[in-house]
Amino acid sequence: MATVPNRYRLHIDWTKCDGRGLCTELLPDLLGRDKWGYPVALTEERGSRSDVFIPGSRLEAATDAVNLCPLIALALIAPTAKR
Amino acid sequence: MTQLTQQVTITRMDAPVGATRLFAAGGRASYRDHVATYGNLDFARVAPGLIQELERSGLTGRGGAGFAVARKFGAMPHIRGSRLWQSSAVVIANGAEGEPRSLKDETLLRDSPHLVIDGLLAAAAAVQASKLYLYTTEISLKSVRKAIAERRDAGAIRLVEAPETFISGEASAVVNAIQTGAAIPTDRVGRLTTSGLKQRPTLVHNVETLAHVALISRYGSDWFRSAGSERDPGTRLVTVSGAVTRDSVLEVPGDARIIDILTSCGAVQSKIAGVLVGGFHGAWLTPEHLGVNLSTAALAPYGAQPGAGILYVLGADKCGLRFSADVVRYLANESAGQCGPCMFGLPEMATLLERIASGDRDPQLARDLAAMSESVVGRGSCHHPNGTSRLVLSTLSAFAEDAQAHLRGQCLRVEYR
Repeated sequence: MATVPNRYRLHIDWTKCDGRGLCTELLPDLLGRDKWGYPVALTEERGSRSDVFIPGSRLEAATDAVNLCPLIALALIAPTAKR
Repeated sequence: MTQLTQQVTITRMDAPVGATRLFAAGGRASYRDHVATYGNLDFARVAPGLIQELERSGLTGRGGAGFAVARKFGAMPHIRGSRLWQSSAVVIANGAEGEPRSLKDETLLRDSPHLVIDGLLAAAAAVQASKLYLYTTEISLKSVRKAIAERRDAGAIRLVEAPETFISGEASAVVNAIQTGAAIPTDRVGRLTTSGLKQRPTLVHNVETLAHVALISRYGSDWFRSAGSERDPGTRLVTVSGAVTRDSVLEVPGDARIIDILTSCGAVQSKIAGVLVGGFHGAWLTPEHLGVNLSTAALAPYGAQPGAGILYVLGADKCGLRFSADVVRYLANESAGQCGPCMFGLPEMATLLERIASGDRDPQLARDLAAMSESVVGRGSCHHPNGTSRLVLSTLSAFAEDAQAHLRGQCLRVEYR
């Protein structure tokens, strides 16, 4: 079992994401956009860019992103949740 | 190393000696041949100690990812000591074999279907699964149906047909295919061993992996480790094709050298432009590196891995850029089209590589292609973008001289279109 760092992760469901970009406006420090508008995690290793670690100070904005995503493509995964 | 077309006539029930293990019962082995060769297997008796034995064996998955088999078993709730879901676990034998250059699972299910069935039944007993599935292509289902009808203990196995697509064997696609009929990957936040088919804990293993489980159940981990090396124990199946005198499925020791495998199939080292190792999500080895073993550790420095045991030999007269461009276009077309970076990125990667292959002299193309390939990694619900990216980056590295020649308006190979 991999140890789970004690921080929330923002999970991107790529099968739902349509690149509307709301999350990238709410979290510009964590998410950029590619040429088609899809989010690009700016702070992650390239192999784990579907689960973006969220600093405590950005948890509120991340929660907004989850609730406002028009495609319901985002989920916050609690630090205690096992992978 | 033994050619599989060779008929082996062993009638004793001792453990097979040497590297001919999975096919020791001969071609198209009946249940009678199978029992005469390997003996009977008492699933209830071997179940309690099986995972410890698998751990000691060092067996890794033979479907592509090469994950430690005992660890995947160990993640099932029954093994972790959880009583929740204990009776509803699922085990799936995966024989989808979507890789166009792989034939080993089809060959195994044709020649040794009873070892796969034994492995599936042993795995199910070990994790106390109540649902068993064997998922494979139409042609292999025929072999499996015939085999199941020959024995009395396999009636619980449900057969599901896998479509002939590249991604049909990806683990979440396997579960999705059985659950909904759509063999495309799904978004996952947890492991299938926690929540898979209909939210039940689900163990998905490649059919060759299960055949090895059947042998380890009988003869133990020491026997398994008597072939191969300390680091790469046991045997593995490989499919060799391309610039060889005969396309072959072979069973080789875990520490077999790639050049020895290729030579046994009639390849000539001086007439090789490169060898694609691990399939279309794999990486190229150039001729000077073919002395390495077909093992995870030996291939790591080249960004390659044994994968599902695929070795495609590109002849020295063939352009690796052109061949790879065709493969990347195929992979782009095989995208399920669910995830944006894959749906849009892969066709663009294919186009860029096609332009390089066709002699477009824009020096920016290779940089754009590398950047695009980096950008899709880790941005999809399955590893299709990652695997395609690995192939492209490996192509640019292995055939860098070819790419330089194309920029000068030349091709180093005879064949050039």
